[in-house]
Amino acid sequence: MTNKGRSYYLIPYYLWIALFVIAPVLLILYYSLFDLDGHFTLGNYVNFFTPVYLKMTLTSFWYAFLITAFSLLVAYPAAYLLTRTKHKQLWLLLIILPTWINLLLKTYAFIGIFGTFGPVNNLFDVFGIGEQQILFTGFSFVFVSVYIFIPFMILPIFSALEELNLSLLDAARDLGASGWTTFRRVVFPLTISGVRSGCMAVFIPALSLFMITRLIAGNRVITLGTAIEQHFLVTQDWGMGSTVAVFLIAIMALFMMLTGGSRKGVQK
Amino acid sequence: MRKNNGFSNLYLVLLFAVLYAPIFYLMYYSFNSGGTMHGFEGFTLEYYREVVQDTRLMIIVINTLVIALLSSAIATLIAILGALAIQYVRNRRAKNTLLSLNNVLIVSPDVIIGASFLILFTIAGIKLGFVSVLLSHVAFSVPIAVLMILPHLQDMSPTLTDAARDLGASRRDVLTKVILPIIKPGIFSGFFMALTYSLDDFAVTFFVTGNGYSTLSVEIYSRARQGVSLSINALSTLIFLFTILLVIGYYFLTRRKSRTAVAIAEPAAEAGVPR
Repeated sequence: MTNKGRSYYLIPYYLWIALFVIAPVLLILYYSLFDLDGHFTLGNYVNFFTPVYLKMTLTSFWYAFLITAFSLLVAYPAAYLLTRTKHKQLWLLLIILPTWINLLLKTYAFIGIFGTFGPVNNLFDVFGIGEQQILFTGFSFVFVSVYIFIPFMILPIFSALEELNLSLLDAARDLGASGWTTFRRVVFPLTISGVRSGCMAVFIPALSLFMITRLIAGNRVITLGTAIEQHFLVTQDWGMGSTVAVFLIAIMALFMMLTGGSRKGVQK
Repeated sequence: MRKNNGFSNLYLVLLFAVLYAPIFYLMYYSFNSGGTMHGFEGFTLEYYREVVQDTRLMIIVINTLVIALLSSAIATLIAILGALAIQYVRNRRAKNTLLSLNNVLIVSPDVIIGASFLILFTIAGIKLGFVSVLLSHVAFSVPIAVLMILPHLQDMSPTLTDAARDLGASRRDVLTKVILPIIKPGIFSGFFMALTYSLDDFAVTFFVTGNGYSTLSVEIYSRARQGVSLSINALSTLIFLFTILLVIGYYFLTRRKSRTAVAIAEPAAEAGVPR
């Protein structure tokens, strides 16, 4: 059997890799070296290190960090409790189901919920707090993002917890560990891989999603994703947009190297 | 196993309430004759009539479905070949490289995929519209379909293909009569994942769609940016029901293999986030 014949029908796949995986990355790199008039320049990179962009990167990071942290805070106990329910597959399915509904529709719902006359403000009225501007604030952005990312944080943690050997918990208790100590010294370290993939699944999109920022935060919060969208589709400054994209790719690669590397360390 | 106490049940109930509240909130107000997403005035089906009578919207729905079905079919075909390529590459290093290249589009954020495809299509001189949207949907659906098919290929015993060859089957026969039937469940779930990816995508389409062409998510986005309009609510109720049907359909398709909800849980977990 020769390999020659086989390679024919592999062409579409290799073509796909060349055209849609490798070429786009190279094109982004290439475009980041040109200014608005099409002249070769490193100015975009210089521009990136001006306070405007640095501040944007920092806020973007800060929000992504907040979103990841809150998702983790909510998701870990939830995943833990889910592993202890009867019919856990059914409950898991119910956690997953909302993720199949278009992100935009869920975001759109919050425009109504957080609106001036929405139920949240009604509740505030009942408690005598009075109407608050909730929409178009940093808070609403973080809340909606956490809402959207929760299932993706729960899933990996849930499967990590499922793999946990329950006799280890009994052993810890027999040896006199309190509930908190068992969690801190046994359960959490053993499920750190799930936590890590959960954080990865949340952090990167949180840096780059632009529709939530646009719809919920108005123009209050500008993330790296919003900046890229702005440069490509509004101001048509593809060079600067590509430069921001290059940094986003670099951050992503760095993040994945960090998490990938330490995962090996845990499995040893 | 220890049982949950009241407090932890309360936590879970609260979580589920928060997860589902916005969805039901949307659906509830789609029947509001008051025209806003607060203060329910009376029951009406007016917005559903509006949705059904909106020919522009209907065209967009058809566009979306055509793109989804066509792109997933093409992506699945490419993915079958891709899975075969990854499986039959002998060199371990080359195999890992192929796998990493395959996964690049799964982990990269949508904005980057969209922006880079926009550059690509502009340079290649492809007019933004149906073709560019179709090509990009094919492009980002391929890797997930590969990941769905690959495990089935890996589970397949190599003795089967050896036996087929010993019995005189041509290479084409081996592919169509042995390999493809065995990996059929993988092909199905690959196609299904590609379908949901395509239906769910907003950001990439937003970048590569031209003026005259639109898919449902892009249309929803531009309407939502203009503020609340209850026809979006009616539309989302319909989409929600459609999604549920799709999930149930997928559940029954894969139930024969594994009889639990894991069948749905796994691809969803693998598929990752709306990037």
